[in-house]
Amino acid sequence: MDAFTTPLLAGTATGALLLIAALGLTLTFGQMGVINMAHGEFLMIGAYTAFVTQQVVTNADVSILLALPLAFVVAGMFGLLLEVAVISWMYRRPLDTLLVTVGVSLVLQQLAKDIFGAQGDPVVGPSWLAGNIGVFGYNWPYRQMFTIVLALAALGGLAALLKYTPFGRQIRATVQNRDLAETMGVSTRVVDRITFFVGSGLAGVGGVAVSLIGGTNPNLGRGYIISAFLVVVAGGLGQLKGTVIAAFAVGIATAYFADWTSASMAQVATFALVVLFLQLRPQGLFTIRTRGLV
Amino acid sequence: MNPRLTALVRGAAPLIAIAALAVLLLVVAPATLSSFRLNNLGKYICWAIAAVGIGLAWGRGGMLVMGQGVFFGLGGYAMAMHLKLEAAGPEGIPDFMTLYGNGTMPGFWEPFRSGAFTLVAILVLPAVAATILGWAIFKRRVKGAYFAILTQALAVVFATLLIATIQETGGFNGLNQFTSFFGYNLYDPVNKRMVYSIAAGLLIACLLVVWQLYRSRFGELLVATRDAEERVRFLGHDPANIKLVAFVVAAMMASVGGAMFAPIAGIISPSDVDATASIFLIAGVALGGRALLLGPALGALTVGYGRTTLSETFPTQWTYFLGLLFVVVILLLPRGVGDLPRTLRSALKRSTA
Amino acid sequence: MSIQTRTPDELGQDYLEIRGLTVDFDGFKAVKGVDLTLLQGRLHFLIGPNGAGKTTVVDAVTGLVRGTGLASYRNQDLLTMRSHQIVRAGIGRTFQTATVFEELSVLQNLDIAGGVHRRAWGMVLARRGVPAYVEHALEAIGLTELRDKPAGTLAHGQKQWLEIGMLLVQDAKVMLLDEPVAGMSAEEREETGELLRRIGQERTIVVIEHDMDFVRNYADVVTVMHTGTVLAEGSVAEIQANPQVQEVYLGRQVEAAATTEVEEGDHA
Repeated sequence: MDAFTTPLLAGTATGALLLIAALGLTLTFGQMGVINMAHGEFLMIGAYTAFVTQQVVTNADVSILLALPLAFVVAGMFGLLLEVAVISWMYRRPLDTLLVTVGVSLVLQQLAKDIFGAQGDPVVGPSWLAGNIGVFGYNWPYRQMFTIVLALAALGGLAALLKYTPFGRQIRATVQNRDLAETMGVSTRVVDRITFFVGSGLAGVGGVAVSLIGGTNPNLGRGYIISAFLVVVAGGLGQLKGTVIAAFAVGIATAYFADWTSASMAQVATFALVVLFLQLRPQGLFTIRTRGLV
Repeated sequence: MNPRLTALVRGAAPLIAIAALAVLLLVVAPATLSSFRLNNLGKYICWAIAAVGIGLAWGRGGMLVMGQGVFFGLGGYAMAMHLKLEAAGPEGIPDFMTLYGNGTMPGFWEPFRSGAFTLVAILVLPAVAATILGWAIFKRRVKGAYFAILTQALAVVFATLLIATIQETGGFNGLNQFTSFFGYNLYDPVNKRMVYSIAAGLLIACLLVVWQLYRSRFGELLVATRDAEERVRFLGHDPANIKLVAFVVAAMMASVGGAMFAPIAGIISPSDVDATASIFLIAGVALGGRALLLGPALGALTVGYGRTTLSETFPTQWTYFLGLLFVVVILLLPRGVGDLPRTLRSALKRSTA
Repeated sequence: MSIQTRTPDELGQDYLEIRGLTVDFDGFKAVKGVDLTLLQGRLHFLIGPNGAGKTTVVDAVTGLVRGTGLASYRNQDLLTMRSHQIVRAGIGRTFQTATVFEELSVLQNLDIAGGVHRRAWGMVLARRGVPAYVEHALEAIGLTELRDKPAGTLAHGQKQWLEIGMLLVQDAKVMLLDEPVAGMSAEEREETGELLRRIGQERTIVVIEHDMDFVRNYADVVTVMHTGTVLAEGSVAEIQANPQVQEVYLGRQVEAAATTEVEEGDHA
C-alpha cells in the first residue's frame, strides 16, 4: 500500500503548490497574454516574507498567520510594480515580455542573494502543523495537508472573485473581448493591474507554504516555475478547471515517477508526458480566426 | 551612382562585412592578443556560433528558442567524451569513473573513442533531437510562448539529468582535464591557437550559411511564416516544415559551438548548458539585433566579453547587468543595437517629413 | 435547375462538388447538409445573411475546420486533406481581411506564392529574375508598376488584388474568395469584377459577397444560404424572383424569426 499511497499523498501536496503558482500565471496569461517568467520569484518573495515576519514576530504559531496576508500584499506589490514599470509598455509583444521578465527574475534572484545570502534560511513551522496523520501506513505531515488546504482556499477565493464580484465580471469581460469591454466602460488598464496584483499575490501565499516545507532560498522560484508553466501549457489557456486538473496530474505523476526511478528521471518523464499530452490535445493551445489571419 | 552598381554594392555588403570579421578574428586577433585573451575570445566565438543559429530561429523564424543550451551541450559533451577517452588512452577509461563509480564505462561512451564518429555525432545528435522535438511541437501547431516554455523546460530537464548522472557524465563537475585534441597536445600554445582558428573559421562558415539562407526563397518564406503563419499554409506550404528546418539548423549550430567550447574552455559542465546558460546565449542575440545577419554574432561576442570583464571586477554584479540588459534592450531596442542606425534614420525621416 | 442538364463530366469541365457537407461546432451545426456543384468558367456567388454558414463552407473545404460529408475535386476528397495539401491540389482562398506579407515587396509576395512550382532544394537558392508566371500575375492584377513597393504600403483594394494575384501564381484552379470587394470604391469594384471575369474563364471561382449590386453585375450563378442550408440556387433573375429568398433577405420573416435560432457569426 505504501508504494501506492506515499507518492499519491506527497504528489497531491506538490500538485497543490503547483496549483497556487499556476493560478496567477493562467490568470495573467489568459487575460493579457503575458508570460511572466518572474512569477517564480514572487513565490520566493512570499517565502522571504514568511522568514522576515518570523524574525519580527518570533512566535511561530502566530507569525505564519500574519505572513499569509503579508506575503499576498508584498508579492502583489512587486507584481504591480513590474506591471506598471515594464509590462504595461509592451502589450502585444508577448514573446518580448517573456524575455524581459526573464531579466527581471535574474535581478530579483541576485537581490535576494545580496540581501539574505546565497544560503537559504529556515522557517519554523507553527506547532499546530507539527504532527502527522497516518494514512494507509504513511505518515502524512500536516504541513503537506496545509498546502492543499491553502491551494483550495486560493482556488475557491479566486473562483468566487471571478464569478460573483463586479471586478470578476470585468475581468471576464476583458478576457473575452478587450476592445468591447473598453467601449462598455471597463478600464482594462485598471483591470490588468489588479489582475496582476492578485496573480502575483497568490504566488506570494504559495511561497509561504513552500517556506514551511523547505525554508527559503534565493533560487526557490526556479524549482517551481517550469513545472508551473508546464501545468499552464497542459491545462490550457486561462482555464481554471484545466489548470486544477493539470496541477494535480503533474504533481502526482512526478511523485510516482520519482518513486519508481529518481527525482531527476521524474523530471524527464514529466516533460516527456507533457509533450506527449500535447500530441493528443493541442486544442485550446492555439486559436485560428477564420475571417482574417492577422 | 549607377543603379546597377548600387545594387551590386548592396548585394556584396554583407559578404564584405563577413570578410572583415574573418580578417579580424583570424588574422588581427591572433597577432595582437595574449594567448589567455585569445582563448577567452575563443569561448565567446563558440557562444557566437550558437547565437547565429538563434538569430535564424528566433530573429527570422520567430521561434524563441530558450533551450539552446541543450544542443550546445550535446555537441559539447560529445566532443568532451572523445577528448576524455583520448586522454585516457586506447584501453583506458575516464578518471572520474573510477573516482565516483565502480570503474566500468557505460556502453554509450565506447563509440566516442572514434574521432570520426564523434564529429558525425556532433552534427547528427542535435539534428535528431531537434527533429523529434520540433516535429512533435510544430506539427501540432504549438507555438509562441508555449514553444519557448517547452524549450526552456527541456534545458532544465537536461541539466538535471546531467547532474544526476555523476558516474556517466561527471555530474555537477562536468567533463574536464583534456590533454589533446585529435592528437594535438592541448598544452602547446601553437595547438591552442589552431583550435581557436578552427572555431573562428566555423563561425565564419555559419555566417555564410545563414547569409545564403536569408537571401534564399527559404529565408523569405521563413520571415513570412514568422509574420503570418496561417497565410503561409494557404500558399501550399506546411509551416511546420519551414520552422523545423530553421530549428534543426539552429540546433546544429549550437552543437558545433558547444563542441568547440569544450577544448577551448577545457571544461563542459551542466552550468554551461542549463536554463541560465541558454538565456545567456539569447542575451547577445537580443543585444546585437535578432533579425540581422551579423547582429547575433557580434552581440554574443560583446556579451561574452562583458561577462568576463565584469565578473573579473565585480563578481556578483554580472547577474544584475545581464538581467538589466534584457530589460533595457528588449524594452527600448527590440531590434537590437545593430539596428540602431536604421531606427534613427527612420525616426529622423519622420521628424523632418 | 436549368444550368445542369448534363453532368460536368460529360461536358469535360473542371468542377468542385460538395455533397451533404455538415460542420458541427460542439453540438452547434453551422452548416447542415449543403450540396453545391461549382463549375469551371462560371462566377459563382454565395450569398446569405450573417451566420448563414458561407464562410464555414469555405473553411471546411480548405481544411480550416473539420467537416463531414464529401467535397470532391478531381477525385480527391478535400475533407480528408490538410490545408497545404488542399492548396497544392489546386484550391486557393482569400480571407475577409486581406493578408499579404507587409514587409515583403509586391514581387516577393507573388514569388513566395509560387512554391508549388518548385522543388524543395530550390528553396535554398536566391531568387534570380522574375518567373513568367509571376510576370503574368502582375499584369493580370495591374500592379506591374508597383512591383517593388512593400505590400504594406498598398491601398486596401490593391492588397485584395495582390491576394488574388497570389492565387494566380499558386495556379489555383478553384478560387474561393471571401468578400473580395468589401471596403472598395465603386471604381475598384468594377475593376475587380472585370478581373474575376477575365481569370474566371478557365477557373472555378466562388465569391462570398454581401454587396448585391456587385452580385447583380457579375454573378453567373447565385447560391443563397440561410441558417446553414442552401435555400435556393439559380441565376440572378431567378433568385430575385424567389419568394423564399425575398422573405429571408428583405426581412419579411417576422414569424419565422421567432422559430429560427439566433446565430452569431459563422462559427464558434
